[in-house]
Amino acid sequence: MSIEKKTYWKGIEQLKNDLNFVKNSQNEFPEFLPISGSSDNSRRDFLKMMGFGIAAASLAACDAPVKKAIPYVNKPVDIDPSIPNYYASSYTLGSDYSSIVVKTREGRPIKIDGNNYSKVSGGGTTPRVESSVLTLYDKQRLKGPMLNNKEANWSEIDNFVSENLQNSKKTYIISNSISSPSTRGVINDFLNKYNGKHVEYDSLSYDGMLNANQEHFDLRKLPSYDFSKAKTIVSFGYDFLGASFNSSLFNKQFAQTRKVNADNRKMSRLYCFESNLSLTGANADHRIPIKSSHFPIYILELYNILSKKINNNSFDSSEWMSNSSVKQVKTDILISIADELIENKGASILISNSNDRHVQSLVNMINMMLDNYGNTIDINNFYNIRNGSDSEMMDFVKDVNNNKVGAVIFLNCNPIYDHYLTSQLKDSLSKIPLRVSTSDRIDETSILCNVIAPDSHFLESWNDFEPVNNSYSFSQPTIKNIFDTRQAQDSFLKWSDSKNNYFDLLKTNWREKQKTTSSSEPFQMFWDRLIRDGVGEFVSPNKKIFPKLNTQNTLNSIKEVIKSIKSIDGFEVNIYQNSSVGDGVQANNPWLHEMPDPISKVCWDNYISMNPKDAKKFDIKNDPDTMSASLVNLISENGSLEIPVIVQPGQAEGTLGLAMGYGRKLCGPVGDNVGVNAFELLEKNIKSQNLTVSGVKINSTEKKYKVAQTQTHETIMARESVIQETTLDAYQKDPYSGKYQFKVATSEGYKKPEDVTLWDGHEYPNHHWVMSIDLNACTGCGACTVACQVENNIPVVGKEEVLNRREMSWIRIDRYYSSDADVHDLEGLENAAENPDVTFQPMMCQHCNNAPCETVCPVAATTHSTEGLNQMTYNRCIGTRYCANNCPYKVRRFNWFKYHDNSQFDENISMNNDLGKMVLNPDVTVRSRGVMEKCSFCVQRLQEGKLKAKKEKRSLVDNDISVACGTACPTDAITFGDVKNINSKISNTLKIKNINKTTLKLEEERAYAVLDELRVSPNVWYLRKVRNKKNV
Amino acid sequence: MHVESKIRKPLITGGKTLSDVSNDISGRVEEKPSLSWFIALGISSVILGIGAYAVYRTLWDGIGMWGLNKTVNWAWDITNFVWWVGIGHAGTLISAILLLFRQRWRMSINRSAEAMTIFAVICAAMFPLLHMGRLWIGLVWVLPLPNTYGSLWVNFASPLLWDVFAISTYFSVSLVFWYIGLIPDFATIRDRAIKAGRKISASVYGALSFGWDGASKTWSRYETVSLVLAGLATPLVLSVHTIVSMDFATSVIPGWHTTIFPPYFVAGAIFSGFAMVLTLLIITRKVYKLEDYITIKHLELMNIVIIVTGSIVGIAYLTELFMAWYSGVEYEQYAFYNRVTGPYWWAYWSMMTCNVISPQLFWFKKIRTNIAATFIISIIVNIGMWFERFVIIVTSLHRDFLPSSWAMFYPTMYDVGMYLFSFGFFFTAYLLFSKYFPVINMAEVKSILKHTGEKIKTK
Repeated sequence: MSIEKKTYWKGIEQLKNDLNFVKNSQNEFPEFLPISGSSDNSRRDFLKMMGFGIAAASLAACDAPVKKAIPYVNKPVDIDPSIPNYYASSYTLGSDYSSIVVKTREGRPIKIDGNNYSKVSGGGTTPRVESSVLTLYDKQRLKGPMLNNKEANWSEIDNFVSENLQNSKKTYIISNSISSPSTRGVINDFLNKYNGKHVEYDSLSYDGMLNANQEHFDLRKLPSYDFSKAKTIVSFGYDFLGASFNSSLFNKQFAQTRKVNADNRKMSRLYCFESNLSLTGANADHRIPIKSSHFPIYILELYNILSKKINNNSFDSSEWMSNSSVKQVKTDILISIADELIENKGASILISNSNDRHVQSLVNMINMMLDNYGNTIDINNFYNIRNGSDSEMMDFVKDVNNNKVGAVIFLNCNPIYDHYLTSQLKDSLSKIPLRVSTSDRIDETSILCNVIAPDSHFLESWNDFEPVNNSYSFSQPTIKNIFDTRQAQDSFLKWSDSKNNYFDLLKTNWREKQKTTSSSEPFQMFWDRLIRDGVGEFVSPNKKIFPKLNTQNTLNSIKEVIKSIKSIDGFEVNIYQNSSVGDGVQANNPWLHEMPDPISKVCWDNYISMNPKDAKKFDIKNDPDTMSASLVNLISENGSLEIPVIVQPGQAEGTLGLAMGYGRKLCGPVGDNVGVNAFELLEKNIKSQNLTVSGVKINSTEKKYKVAQTQTHETIMARESVIQETTLDAYQKDPYSGKYQFKVATSEGYKKPEDVTLWDGHEYPNHHWVMSIDLNACTGCGACTVACQVENNIPVVGKEEVLNRREMSWIRIDRYYSSDADVHDLEGLENAAENPDVTFQPMMCQHCNNAPCETVCPVAATTHSTEGLNQMTYNRCIGTRYCANNCPYKVRRFNWFKYHDNSQFDENISMNNDLGKMVLNPDVTVRSRGVMEKCSFCVQRLQEGKLKAKKEKRSLVDNDISVACGTACPTDAITFGDVKNINSKISNTLKIKNINKTTLKLEEERAYAVLDELRVSPNVWYLRKVRNKKNV
Repeated sequence: MHVESKIRKPLITGGKTLSDVSNDISGRVEEKPSLSWFIALGISSVILGIGAYAVYRTLWDGIGMWGLNKTVNWAWDITNFVWWVGIGHAGTLISAILLLFRQRWRMSINRSAEAMTIFAVICAAMFPLLHMGRLWIGLVWVLPLPNTYGSLWVNFASPLLWDVFAISTYFSVSLVFWYIGLIPDFATIRDRAIKAGRKISASVYGALSFGWDGASKTWSRYETVSLVLAGLATPLVLSVHTIVSMDFATSVIPGWHTTIFPPYFVAGAIFSGFAMVLTLLIITRKVYKLEDYITIKHLELMNIVIIVTGSIVGIAYLTELFMAWYSGVEYEQYAFYNRVTGPYWWAYWSMMTCNVISPQLFWFKKIRTNIAATFIISIIVNIGMWFERFVIIVTSLHRDFLPSSWAMFYPTMYDVGMYLFSFGFFFTAYLLFSKYFPVINMAEVKSILKHTGEKIKTK
């Protein structure tokens, strides 16, 4: 039986090979369709189509929403869902450096804390360090490399760069100061190959100090300072607490000299000469507002007085005092300062922000005369951060203009924006054939480059650092590259045709390094230990550095400086770095913009600060009610700016302050065009950056501008139950001095509030959480406020809503100025003194034992825990806001709008796009619209700590728990813990003797509760501020 | 002793007969609405519509549409709430307390005063509802309902919860009291409609009158129920505003934390309520030509109540100032110093002028019997009473304990819109009431007519 080849057919049409069928057989629907799509459709067709359309649309709409959470198929060994991992690393952005610990959850970095092992940064953080984790998740970062403004792939980039590097002209690498030895090695190899030069600069230049050190020590580095050993500190404009290269350590050291208690009743004394009211000035015991341009006169006079007293060798000051503009300067105060400095010889620090090498030489000479080198100042442990050179930048600019540069690589820097010399290169930069930027975004510099080879974020990178001589630290990736970025070091290796990758090179370097150390362990152990700790200290037999002084030369040149001081008409503008935005590297980070300036409490803008007397002359007023400020035109030789004015008590007369880091044009939607660019005002064509700009004119405009402030009332109105302070003399005589004890008049005489209370108090069977805040240690830096924002998923609300007074911060730092008015003059008390004493008071939920908020909530959404916490149940809250009204501390925050997934709050990037949301802390609810929120004492951390102790079957100890603000605090002003544990740190700080229900009997003399008379019985205690004022 | 009993002046003038009363009052219900009524209704519905947009945006976007902030968490919302609740008080006072005191002059005014109460309480209740961040769950969770959340219960210590009970009780009692009074009058309209053959009207009012038959037994029950309800409503007049005042008095905020608040608030409520009754009645009597029912005598008596309560309020203001000084508490002292001289001084002095000075003009008989003057002062009093609540709420909150948090409150257009919404509702409701319901209690008024009145004599 033969098998016939069977033919299968679809229908008769195919069998017949019908002409119509053949014609349509290639169509999707070969059959006749009753709907032609032409206009002659019948009513029935219309109904059919409509029917189909509706059915299809409703079917499509029935799809369940796609949830993007994908469970692990194979769980990575080191990731347990909901268990955080911590990695030691190093923060570096721009010129800033800090040793950090990164908290990751399910592979996402979500929080950065200070690394307690690090001697360099001291375990504290700064607002910028805290914020940098959000910069990792910035949507604005480049998704991959760019070639001639088009997206490209890495091999295209490498080919292009390699081809163009082969030209005969000079190759430049421009960067901020680099403290990484391995990176330096990579760069040097690259430069050797291509006849190149590496130029480092810093947006806030230390050129003067570095050059002075070069002269005195043959070492162009900054020395280490130890403020903790200093008994007398004199600062001429140097904001070591706010804007220095290592402010978290300096805060820590300074605070160590301020924490007085029964064992130590001594304090340092800080004198601050400055024109802008800085954090350092605000913390000074004596603050003398003077013009920055007069610093040389004061410093020279101080030198002269000291020299006379110590060496009996002085010169006649009349020769240089004859300068007419110098004559009016009153230097009487220097005599008593000099006495004090001599008294504390070897235990003092004189420091100045002047960028004039002669002035800094003089400062060095004074410090040497006072034996501070080797005691409080250590040049042997010099810093490798901030050693940029303005003169080398000048050479670069010259070379560009003379067409000598064949290639330039901008390594993670933005000099077109932030350097006074290169900002003029905007047009001439195109003369260079190869312009490479490793910036992570299109910024003012990279937009002028033909290649952008984006570097990975520091949280995605391997690196080593030597911030201080012989002190090393490391960074390790805490997340795989989010975008198609490549670590800049790898790019350099690639471009110098090396086969190595940077990680291997790093390891090789450290294998070599191990040989120079005393370590005898196997390399892998050595390496693992370094990476785990994040830091390593290796003492190598360094030769000691000895100064060589050329006193006469310095004196001669300083006299020239002083002679050149002219009394120029107009204002002197002092450009400074504030502690939030800094130099503007992270200007697209909304957390930094929302953080109010520690002094003026302004956010989302920079502004001119002006002395009240000067403001009166120009008829400039701030309206604290509407936050409306006058706009003025600021006209200098280098340019003019239209900018609002904030009347600032404490600003030296005739001077203006202006913060740098604002007015970015290309950093991203959050930071673009926020404020004005202060760098534009800087004097060009000088050898060193000069942040003091003289001869500036102010033209009032009729225009008004709203400046968002989180605090508009400046004084404390003589309310002693809120702020208590005393002087050191009084404190030494009576540790209770300055205490304000409210007494209630009863029929049985005056009684303390706690003796007439109607409340029974609570029993706390297990724990009783209490916090203490040392007002004397708090410098007001604001690191805690950002740390809280990160930890607790606090939304950013933007300028408009801050103007509406709806910022969401759970912790704020109240800043009060002193007033000269009589305590009964309620109107006068509203005005701050001209040069006020400043007090900072961190304020958050006080977790009252008798909380007024708890009684008024109709639905019991805010209740008391058995551990003394005032807890907020968001799910239960219906938003009557009575609790917020009834809160005497006004720390409750209401969700006026939906801040997440709401395009009206685009600046809240951590909640409004998928990438930004990666930063959210999974342990903390993102609150919905219409509910109240407030500080929870980081209850999620308490819970974690309790569980940990429970798992290990032991009772809870201090190390198990932490609060975000306390961890971030560089000065350890915030102590938190369980007072039920009599050995805990908090029990020791407050010297708790016994607990009767909620009433703590504590013996720390300085402790007080804010608004004690209300008998709300807060669980946050403040330690009275002590000022070390000199009796005059 | 020789006592001569004077002949009392008739409360209803014009020698009205029983049928005159029925004709005058029912006629308004039966006639076609006038053009001016339509215009008025049109205007109030437009206001209601504008307000509805503000309500919509508030519900859609959040309470942030208003001008509130971290420091001032209540402002116009609770001001309006207290203001409207206060206005409501006059109706209950007139119908309940004056009934118990046998003040027969109340009979011509109690119906519209009670209607005003009902509408004012609805307006008032809007604000605490709409001011909640999450109204949709708040509506349920403020009620002590059994639930599946374990032992989750409402917080009986919270004055806001007391408010929920106070307002809902007050509203239900007032509504029942008002409606019971309406039943015989609805029956009158029903009977007239049957007679005239208006079928729809007969069935609607027939249903509304619950089959009233006018039997003696029915009348007897009616009277008893009225008395019982009056007895129930009387303590409410005092309790509701007492509880509202405790929203403030039980707090710790200087300027709120005051024991004087309950009597002071009740007096203020009656003060503003009578002023609102006057405002409405002066228009109603003019438009509906009810001068014979609501006479100058009525207006004068109400004006006297205004003098008395206004003076109580004035004394309360001064007492507050004295107590602030006498207490020696610096926060209390500053709160009042700030009220008088601070950024909201204009609100304080508006309040003082409107509430303390203007009612004193009623000591002059010429003024208190002058309709135009009464009308103007009644409006001034209500403006003043709005400011009183604004001053208490906003000036106390905006500068409390910590100067760092001191802030101002500026209303937005949505704050204004919410207020307009309540006004739109109030006037729309009042216009509908005055057209379709008998504005004067016919049955009661008939009991105080002088049958052999002037009209017959002059004929």
